Amino acid sequence: MALLDVKDLHVAFPRGKKDEVEALRGVDLTLEKGQRLGVVGESGAGKSMLAFAILNLVADPGRVTKGSVVFDGQNLLTMSDRQIRRIRGNRISMIFQDPMVTLNPVLSIGTQMIETLKAHRNISTREAHRLSVEKLNLVAIPSAESRMDAYPHELSGGLRQRVVIAIALLTDPELIIADEPTTALDVTIQAEIMSLILTLCRENDVALILITHDLGVVAEVTERLMIMYAGKCVETGRTRDIIDAPKHPYAVGLLKALPQNSTRGAKLYQIPGSMPPITNLPSGCPYHPRCERATDECRAAMPPLENGVACFHPMHEDAEAAQ
Amino acid sequence: MITWRGFLKRFLSDPVAVGAGIVLLILVVMAALAPWIAPQNPYDLLQLNIMDSELPPSWRTGGDERYWLGTDTQGRGVFSTILYGTGISLLIGIGAVIVQGILGVSIGLWAGYRGGWVDSFLMRLADIQMSLSTLMIAIIALALFQTAFDANIYADYAIIMLIVIIGVAEWPKFARTVRSSVLGEKNKEYVDAARVIGLPARKVMWIHILPNTLTPVLVISTIQVAEAIMTEAALSFLGLGMPVDKPSLGSLIRSGFEFIFSGSWWITLYPAIVLVALVLALNLLGDWLRDTLNPKLRRGDD
Amino acid sequence: MTDPIIETRGLEVRFPLPTHFLSREKPVLHALSGVDVQIQRGETFCVVGESGCGKTTLGRAIMGLLTPSSGEIYFRGQRIDTMDEAERKPVRADMQMVFQNPYASLNPRRNVFQTLAEPIRHLMPEKSEADVRAQVEDVLDATGCDQSWQRKLPHEFSGGQRQRIAIARALVTNPAFVVADEPISALDVSIQAQILNLLNDLQDERDLTYMFITHDLSVVEHFGDRVAVMYLGQIMELAPTDKIFDAPKHPYTQLLLDAIPKLSGGSFDAPRTPGELPDPVNPPPGCPFAPRCPIAQDICRAERPRLRPIGDSGTMAACHLAE
Repeated sequence: MALLDVKDLHVAFPRGKKDEVEALRGVDLTLEKGQRLGVVGESGAGKSMLAFAILNLVADPGRVTKGSVVFDGQNLLTMSDRQIRRIRGNRISMIFQDPMVTLNPVLSIGTQMIETLKAHRNISTREAHRLSVEKLNLVAIPSAESRMDAYPHELSGGLRQRVVIAIALLTDPELIIADEPTTALDVTIQAEIMSLILTLCRENDVALILITHDLGVVAEVTERLMIMYAGKCVETGRTRDIIDAPKHPYAVGLLKALPQNSTRGAKLYQIPGSMPPITNLPSGCPYHPRCERATDECRAAMPPLENGVACFHPMHEDAEAAQ
Repeated sequence: MITWRGFLKRFLSDPVAVGAGIVLLILVVMAALAPWIAPQNPYDLLQLNIMDSELPPSWRTGGDERYWLGTDTQGRGVFSTILYGTGISLLIGIGAVIVQGILGVSIGLWAGYRGGWVDSFLMRLADIQMSLSTLMIAIIALALFQTAFDANIYADYAIIMLIVIIGVAEWPKFARTVRSSVLGEKNKEYVDAARVIGLPARKVMWIHILPNTLTPVLVISTIQVAEAIMTEAALSFLGLGMPVDKPSLGSLIRSGFEFIFSGSWWITLYPAIVLVALVLALNLLGDWLRDTLNPKLRRGDD
Repeated sequence: MTDPIIETRGLEVRFPLPTHFLSREKPVLHALSGVDVQIQRGETFCVVGESGCGKTTLGRAIMGLLTPSSGEIYFRGQRIDTMDEAERKPVRADMQMVFQNPYASLNPRRNVFQTLAEPIRHLMPEKSEADVRAQVEDVLDATGCDQSWQRKLPHEFSGGQRQRIAIARALVTNPAFVVADEPISALDVSIQAQILNLLNDLQDERDLTYMFITHDLSVVEHFGDRVAVMYLGQIMELAPTDKIFDAPKHPYTQLLLDAIPKLSGGSFDAPRTPGELPDPVNPPPGCPFAPRCPIAQDICRAERPRLRPIGDSGTMAACHLAE
C-alpha cells in the first residue's frame, strides 16, 4: 500500500454568490514510503494549494469539493480535527518558505521544540530537551546546546530554516511537505539546506513532497516529478525521464527556456504569453493558446492524463514509435 | 486597487453603509437647503415673537402648527433652528477637518519623506500636541478670545475660531497616519524610478507618494468630521462655542438644557437626536470605508 | 581599450546604523568598501553575489540614488557623483534603471502613458506634446507592448507585462547605459526567458550598455560579457564570462558555481557545512571570505587581498592564493 494516495482532488473558491472558481481541478498522486516527489509549476498553478489540500488546511472560503487523500490507509479529508492533529505535525511535517510561519518570535527555539515534542509524545521535559538538541545537531547547527536558548530573530535566515527542518524532524515523520523551502535564501544557503533535506530523507527513509518553481532543485533532490499548469497535473513520472525527455509541450518549453540549456550567446527559447488566471481559463487544454502543437482537438477537450502526460500530441512519442 | 464600480457595488450590498449614507445625505441636504425649506429664519429677529416661546411640539396640547417641533425660550422654531444648526455643525466639522488635513498631510508627508531629525522633531511636536487634550486647548483659547473681544466680534468670528482651533488641535492624527503610509511607500521602487530621472523631492512627494497615501486619509477624514462636530458640540455646551443667536446643534442642546426640568424637553431632545444621528452616520461610514479600502480585510473576489 | 562608459574609483558606501540618540557608539555598516569597475560601451557587465554583498548598493550609487561616502564615479569621463542637479540633468537621460519588482516599480495610480511620459517631460522639456506621444508609442513598440495599454493602470497587467512597461520607461529617453537590478528574479520561469530575450534584442537595436545585477549565475552565463563577483562589499573576482565558468579563480566563485542546482543532478548528495556572511558592521580584518574559505591560511585572516590580475586570461581575483 502506498504511503499517500491522492485521488481526483478538487479545491474551489466561491466567486460572487453562486459561482465557484476551481484552484485544483482533479489531481492524482501516489507516494511510496521514502519516495521524494517534486511538484513544479508557475505561481498560480495550484502547487501550494495541493499541499494545503493534502493536509486538509485549505483556508476559508476555499474548500475541497471532491476527491480523497488517503495517508497510510486513512482518509485525511473525512477525519475529525482531533484525529487529524495526531497525523499533521506528527507523522506528516511541513516546511514553509518563510521560517517565521513556523517559528514563534517570542519563544526561544528550545521552548518551541520541547512543546512540539510534548504535544505529540508522552515524555518528560528532560527527554524532550535531549531529543531536541539531537535534532539540532542532526541539521548541523553549530553549538546546538546553546542555541536552544536563542530566539528566532537572533539567527540568520539559513539557520532559521535549519531550525524549522529540525522541528519538522522532531516527531520522526514519515512524510515531509516542503513548500518552496529555499526560495527566500541565497544560492549557497539553498545548496546547504537542500543537500541537508536530501540526506535526511535518504538516511531516515522519509518521503518528501517538494514544491518549487526551480527545475534544477527538483533534478537534484527528487526521484519523481509532477508538473502542474492551471490547477492540473500536465505531466508526471520519474524526474530523470522527464528532464531528459519531456513529453508535454509545456514541460518541453520550461526546460528549453532555462539558460543552462541554451548555448552561450544564442537567443533563449521562449514560451509565448503567460499562464491564464484560474478565473479565466480557455476551453479544452489550458495550455493550448501558448502551444505550438495545438490543434482543434486541444481547443475542444481537455486531454486526460495517460502514461504520465495530459496531451493529445505529446513529444517523443514519434521517436519511441520509430525504435 | 478598487474600481469605482466595485466600490459602488460593495456600498450597495451593505445595508449598514446604505442606511448611514441615506441618513447623512438627508441631513446634509436639509442643512444646505435650510434657508428655503425652514418655516422661519431663526436669525431674523423680526420674525421672532417672545410670546411664542417654549411652545410644545404641534401635536401636543398647546402646540402651534407653525412650529412642528415646538419653540425655544426665544420663540424660535426648534425645527428651523435644527436645520440651520446642522449646517453650522457640518460647516465647522468639515472646515476643521480641512484645516487638520492640510496641516497634517503636509507635515506627515514632509516628516516621512525627509526622515532623520526633521522627522524626529515633527513627530515629537505631534506627541506634545496629542498629549494636550483638544478640549482643554479649545477651552483656554476660546475663553481668552471671549474675554479679549466683545460679544459682537466674538459672534462674527466664532465659526472661524472654532474651525481653526479644532483644526490645529487635531492635526497630529493626520500627520501620523500620512507619515506611516509614506514610510511604507517611499522605499518602493516607483519612488526610486522617479528619483532616477532627477525629479525634485517636492514633486516626488506630492505627485508620486501623496496619491498613494490618500486612502487612509479619506477614512480618518470621515471619522474626524464626526469627532470635530462632537468637540464643537461639547464646547458649545460649555458655553464656549457658537453664540445663542447663531446656534449650532451643541448650543441648541445647551440652550434647552436649562429648561428640561421645567418640562420643555423638546428644546434639547430633538437637536440631540439629530446630533447623534449625524455623528453615528459619519462613524459608520468611516468604519465601512476602512474595511472596504483595506485590502488586508478584503476577500479576494474582485 | 576605449574609454569606459562608466567607471568607479575606490567607491565606498557606509550606512550609519540607527541608534539611540544618546548612544556614544556610532556603528557603521560597510556596504561597499573600495570598488573599482570600468564598464565598456556596448558590453553587458554582470554583478553577481548573494544578498548583502553590495551589488544593489553599487547600482544605486552609480545611478545617484545614494551618495557615496568616498570614491569617484565617472560617466563618459565626467565625474557625476559631485554634480549638482542642474549639471546632472543632461546625464540622467543617458542613464536609466530597471528594478527588480515589477509590482512595486510602477506607481499604481498612474497609467502607462503618464509613467512613460514623465521622464521625457522632465529630462527633455524642449520636446513638444506630439514628440512625447510619438516617443512613448515608439518605445511601446520596441518593448513589445500594445498601444492600447497607454490608458491602463498597472494592476491590469501581469508581472511580465509590467516588467516590459518598466523596461519601456527606462528606454524612453534613449539612454546609453541601463542598470538592471535583478530584472527577472520576481518573474515566473516561463516569463524570464521572454524578458531576457527582450533585453538582448534591445541591446542590439539601441547600442545599449548594461549593468546587470543578479544573484543567479546561470543567467549570467547566458547573458553577460564580463562578470564581477561580489562578497561583503568587495569584488572578489572580475573576469570574462566564459573564464568565470570555465576557470574560476576565487574560492568564493567556485563555491557559488558549486551551489547552482544542476539538471544533471548529483551535486547535492554530500552534506555541506553551514556558511554565514560575516557581520558587515565589524568585517574581519583580512579577506572577508576567509571564515568560510576551505583553503584559507594565516595571511588570509590577517591581510585583505587586493584585486590583481591572475595569469594572462583577463581574470582578476582578490585572493592571496589564486594563481
